[in-house]
Amino acid sequence: MTVSDPATAPQSAATAAPRPGPGGIAAAPLPPGLFHDGAVLTVEHLVVEFPAPRGRRVHAVSDVSFDVRDGETLGLVGESGCGKSTTGRAIIRVDRPTSGRVVFDGTELTALGPEALRRARTRIQLIFQDPISSLNPRRRVRDIVAEPLAIWQRGTPAEREQRVRDAITAVGLDYDAAADRRPHEFSGGQCQRISIARALMLDPKVVICDEPVSALDVSVQAQILNLLEDMKARYGLTLLFIAHDLAVVRNISDRVAVMYLGRLCELGPSDDVYARPAHPYTVALLASIPEPDPAAARNVTPIAGDIPSPIDPPSGCRFRTRCPFAQQRCTDEVPPLTAIGPERFVACHFPLATSGPRSSAGSAGSSPEPAPPIQVDTPPTAP
Amino acid sequence: MPPSPDADAAALPAAGARLAVAASMSVPASSASKRKLGVVFWIAVAWICLVVVMAVFAGLLPIDGPDNLSYLSKLGSSFSHPFGTDELGRDLFSRVIFGSRVSLEVGFGSIFLGLVAGGFAGLIAGYMRGIFDAVTSAVANVILSFPALLLLITVAAFWGRAWWKITLIIAIIATAPLFYVVRSSTISFAGRDFVLAARTMGASRWRIVTREILPNVMPAAISFGLIGVAIAIVAEGTLSFLGLSVAAPTPSWGNIIAEGQSSTAASDPWIWIWPTLIMFMTLLALNIAGDRLQRFFDVREGRL
Ligand SMILES: Nc1ncnc2c1ncn2[C@@H]1O[C@H](COP(=O)(O)OP(=O)(O)OP(=O)(O)O)[C@@H](O)[C@H]1O
Ligand code: SF4
Ligand SMILES: [Mg+2]
Repeated sequence: MTVSDPATAPQSAATAAPRPGPGGIAAAPLPPGLFHDGAVLTVEHLVVEFPAPRGRRVHAVSDVSFDVRDGETLGLVGESGCGKSTTGRAIIRVDRPTSGRVVFDGTELTALGPEALRRARTRIQLIFQDPISSLNPRRRVRDIVAEPLAIWQRGTPAEREQRVRDAITAVGLDYDAAADRRPHEFSGGQCQRISIARALMLDPKVVICDEPVSALDVSVQAQILNLLEDMKARYGLTLLFIAHDLAVVRNISDRVAVMYLGRLCELGPSDDVYARPAHPYTVALLASIPEPDPAAARNVTPIAGDIPSPIDPPSGCRFRTRCPFAQQRCTDEVPPLTAIGPERFVACHFPLATSGPRSSAGSAGSSPEPAPPIQVDTPPTAP
Repeated sequence: MPPSPDADAAALPAAGARLAVAASMSVPASSASKRKLGVVFWIAVAWICLVVVMAVFAGLLPIDGPDNLSYLSKLGSSFSHPFGTDELGRDLFSRVIFGSRVSLEVGFGSIFLGLVAGGFAGLIAGYMRGIFDAVTSAVANVILSFPALLLLITVAAFWGRAWWKITLIIAIIATAPLFYVVRSSTISFAGRDFVLAARTMGASRWRIVTREILPNVMPAAISFGLIGVAIAIVAEGTLSFLGLSVAAPTPSWGNIIAEGQSSTAASDPWIWIWPTLIMFMTLLALNIAGDRLQRFFDVREGRL
């Protein structure tokens, strides 16, 4: 299914706050090819803002669009505070989107009433960063894992117990030893296994993993990542994998989406993005990976300066305050997400070369109409 | 998706180098986290249980009735009158035990009621927030800003001295702090990921509050409640001492102490020392039990 119905305007686009700088949230047209037929999850012009003191707003997520195809793993990366978790939470409407649409398996989640949402949400599950906080310390593991079945009254108690037993065994724990214990008796990695078992109980289609290994020892991280891949293969899952660590994402993701300060910078197949990053921010992120990385452009200085406040983000390109290539245009215009190759999208006025020296890409990008893709069917999102 | 030709060039050392998932991860055989409550806690609990059991079964104990006048016995302690007798010849041990009934009824009764009412409101206010929270918090604030003892004395003086009336007044006053404890504890747990997980799994609000939050809020509420019982016992004792609680022939810790200090009995300080001592030990035990329990659960939660 393609998200292309112009009649379905985003629910509350009218409530989107006036933006600083020109070309705000309102309807940067999306490049063709961004959305795929048969995507399980489509996020379109997603905006999430939180109230901040003195009538201001935290621009946590600003006009983010991407989709996740059936069976793929999409990595969502960026520095701390860039809005990754908020994006994940807004997808299942734990954080209420300010505007934008989320379509899951043909259903527009952003338009559902409470009961329909409750039902639809069972097919998208979340796995959290803090494995211990995500398990109720007062409940036994068997009850924690059985809870989804108990909520929906699925099966007889005996069937439930069998399913719980299977799930706990599947994530690599010994059921008889684990079932009657409470979470604080387990290590972080083991707690994360329990969380994964619980997330799988309702047969979800999509699992949003919010930095599932960031809180774990390095030695345990690989085990949990492998477990996730195994579960993905076994149950035919689609993963939205959030991480601030590019190295972690690379190994598990088919495609990566890079976020900076609430905006999407770059989107493309992992190998391709890692080999030829087009957005200066992606380059900087790659350069900050400690391992030697021959493909990353070494001539780019690592990210200098601090992330600006999402309460008062820079006009134009949000990365401009730290970007070594920033020019006047970057202050004036928000760079729209643009196709720069098959499956490759970047939001930069002067994207780095994907197949040649940077200068050519720069001069091409500096023309008044930046690479106008033939816009077919993406709807305007705000008046 | 198109495979990129020179993908390998960028290959990072595989962070996720595949380690076979161990078929069966070992689960810690015994957890190091089983913190001890300590022997002092158990002594305190034992004392509280003893006092409660004695009060409940006072009628079955081989002791004189609290109003039994035995003119023959001496004031000092003896085998049949371990605490001695008062100036009317009533067995002091018996009076202290029967007198504990009023204190315990008022103490536990009022806090139980306060905990049910304040706890229920606190759970809902803490989880739902919004207008309900604003209103209940405002009410609790109003109750808190009354001078409690003065209020208690005034109401007892004008409304009556039946133990259930005093229980009810103390319960209303105790509702406010218990509400705040439960509310703030609820707020802190409501932000935890496991509550969010329950929400995304489709749990109803009622289910989240009762299954996810209540069991976590319980320890704080109970430990705070134990300290509340001590405060309520003091409040009742004060009323009793002032003659504003149960009427004269019925003993209560407060009125035994008051009688013991009246001029005729002043010659024998044990008449008021014994009830004071028992009351003090009970208050101490309640405070210790509440405090230890609180720290015990804080430690466990601190790990999380
Ligand atoms: N409920 C909220 N109210 C106000 N601001 C919020 C709220 N939730 C998130 N934010 C803000 O929104 C921004 C994005 O937060 P988010 O948690 O999505 O970042 P993140 O990319 O997940 O970071 P991290 O890597 O630290 O998890 C942050 O500046 C954060 O402070
Ligand atoms: S738009 Fe300008 S400031 Fe932003 S990343 Fe591109 S070059 Fe840098
Ligand atoms: Mg996060």
